[in-house]
Amino acid sequence: MNIKQYFLLALKSIRTSKLRSFLTMLGIIIGVASVIVLVSIMNSFSGEMSSTFESFGAHLITVNIFGRSSNRTVSAEDLYEWVDAYPDQLRFVSPFIASPVTVKNGTKSLTTTLNGTGEDYDKIRNKEVENGRFLGYIDMERRQKVCVIGSYVATELFGADDPVGRQVRLGGDIFNVVGVLKETGGGLQGGDDDCVFIPYTLALRMFRQMSGVYYLSASDGNQVDSAAALLRSKLYQVYQSDDAYRVASMNEMLTQVNELLGMMSSILVGIAAISLLVGGIGIMNIMLVSVTERTREIGIRKSLGAKRRDIRGQFIIEAAVTSALGGTLGILLGITGAYLVGRLLGFTVVPTPTAILMAFSVSAGIGILFGYFPASKASKLNPIDALRYE
Amino acid sequence: MIRLEDIYKIYNTGENEVRAVDGISLTIQKGEYVAIVGQSGSGKSTLMNIIGCLDVPTAGRYLLDGDDVGALSDNKLADIRNRRLGFVFQQYNLIAKLNVLENVELPLQYGGYSARQRREKAEGALARVGLLDRLHHLPSQLSGGQQQRVSIARALVSDPSVILADEPTGALDSRTGLDVLQFLTQLNEQGNTIVLITHDSKIASMARRVVNISDGKIISDEPSAAPA
Ligand SMILES: Nc1ncnc2c1ncn2[C@@H]1O[C@H](COP(=O)(O)OP(=O)(O)OP(=O)(O)O)[C@@H](O)[C@H]1O
Ligand SMILES: [Mg+2]
Repeated sequence: MNIKQYFLLALKSIRTSKLRSFLTMLGIIIGVASVIVLVSIMNSFSGEMSSTFESFGAHLITVNIFGRSSNRTVSAEDLYEWVDAYPDQLRFVSPFIASPVTVKNGTKSLTTTLNGTGEDYDKIRNKEVENGRFLGYIDMERRQKVCVIGSYVATELFGADDPVGRQVRLGGDIFNVVGVLKETGGGLQGGDDDCVFIPYTLALRMFRQMSGVYYLSASDGNQVDSAAALLRSKLYQVYQSDDAYRVASMNEMLTQVNELLGMMSSILVGIAAISLLVGGIGIMNIMLVSVTERTREIGIRKSLGAKRRDIRGQFIIEAAVTSALGGTLGILLGITGAYLVGRLLGFTVVPTPTAILMAFSVSAGIGILFGYFPASKASKLNPIDALRYE
Repeated sequence: MIRLEDIYKIYNTGENEVRAVDGISLTIQKGEYVAIVGQSGSGKSTLMNIIGCLDVPTAGRYLLDGDDVGALSDNKLADIRNRRLGFVFQQYNLIAKLNVLENVELPLQYGGYSARQRREKAEGALARVGLLDRLHHLPSQLSGGQQQRVSIARALVSDPSVILADEPTGALDSRTGLDVLQFLTQLNEQGNTIVLITHDSKIASMARRVVNISDGKIISDEPSAAPA
């Protein structure tokens, strides 16, 4: 007999006992579907994380300085110098100071976040100006009372009017609005669009404090790690201790997050794999019952000239077809499930072809693996004993 | 062509051993029509299963067309059952979920014939037993006599040299039984070797040679008193 005939035989056998075949497949269906749903969710989730991180600035490095000893400090000027000195690793730096503030336009007022930054902050953090301009070098030098406002602040204070060229009151001082940023965070209160930017030089003076946070961007996506290393060694030279500062790159954080996600997904896939295993045992169980039930059929087939390998092939392929069919149903269920879960969680979950291919081959493999034992048992039956079996 | 030399089949059920076949030597030539007759429990079926390579003797030598069957591998035995032997059983032994045509094609599938050859040969065999109009019926949709004819067609389909029939009329009424027996006679006249197993000496008399066995031993072996 050839493979095609075994397949036809298997399909026939599955067709003649639909309910049982379905129940046999159920373990595989659930296993495969859960593998696909989980892998897809994890994949889409880490994709989502990556793009979120990317939107923060792909080349971003954050430096936090905690150390405040009188004789050893790193100032904004030092960081600017380093950027100039190492153009291969570093491109931009911006000090960053944040504080809550009340901003007013006439009688309209709101509480928002005041950010004191350098002129390159927009480039480091991928901020785009909708209207007007961002803070400039000259604003830093002269400590000009100019500000750039987020889109939420703009609509709250000016409605549909163009805020550029108008004035707002920040704390006690009057500031000229020179730019409005593009909406990035959905224009919500407390979000990315709810803030006001002023020159950091001015902010330092207003709040009478040192900047402890610096944002830098690496010269190139591949240089992020070496740039971070460079900053660490520079800072170490100054502070002689690891505790005084922290250098974090998006890259490293992303790697950490991905590692965590990877671990979580292996655990989840492991659980799903156990359900596949249970499904496989279910198949073996049913195949053993089926062999016993069909002992007489096996005897008849042997009396007509079936060889061991014919009987073995028949049962293995039946098991493989059953579980591959279960795998296919599981894939359909998994894709639907992934789609539904995606809608529920509010992001697109796309089942990956590798997950699907893997699920399918694993399920067919399970059929062969767990079908082998019953099939080989069937093939070894003595023809006359099988024929006499009641 | 069939040559049994001092064949024994001994079952050891606990202390009391059963000698189902107790030292039988028998030679059957090509084209013969032999009936093996005996009481129930005399060892007829056991003997037939040994002749049919379905069972192995405890002792003795069995030569089929000169091949020592005892020395053959499992696969070789399957080949012999497939090509050289055709079985007709008392309980028909058709596969319930396959239709008439598929049942008859089964030996050809294991013999490696193409789909077209299988179909042609199966239809030919079914034509010989007069069942061409029932190709797609399931066994359960046929009468007992028709089922037995399907099983005869299946036994014939691969042109075996020997047809072994174990109580082929056992489950049939006397008229349909007679039809089946007449068909076997006809096959013998066309040159097939036939071994018919029965407990009924009237039926045995349809054959040309009658071998009487009792308690696993041959007690007589002579030409039929009144060949049909
Ligand atoms: N598997 C077995 N285990 C033990 N004893 C067996 C076995 N098969 C047959 N026998 C014994 O062998 C003897 C012959 O059995 P066999 O089936 O050959 O008889 P038979 O002549 O075909 O009888 P019947 O006409 O009733 O079919 C019987 O006594 C039976 O009990
Ligand atoms: Mg018998």
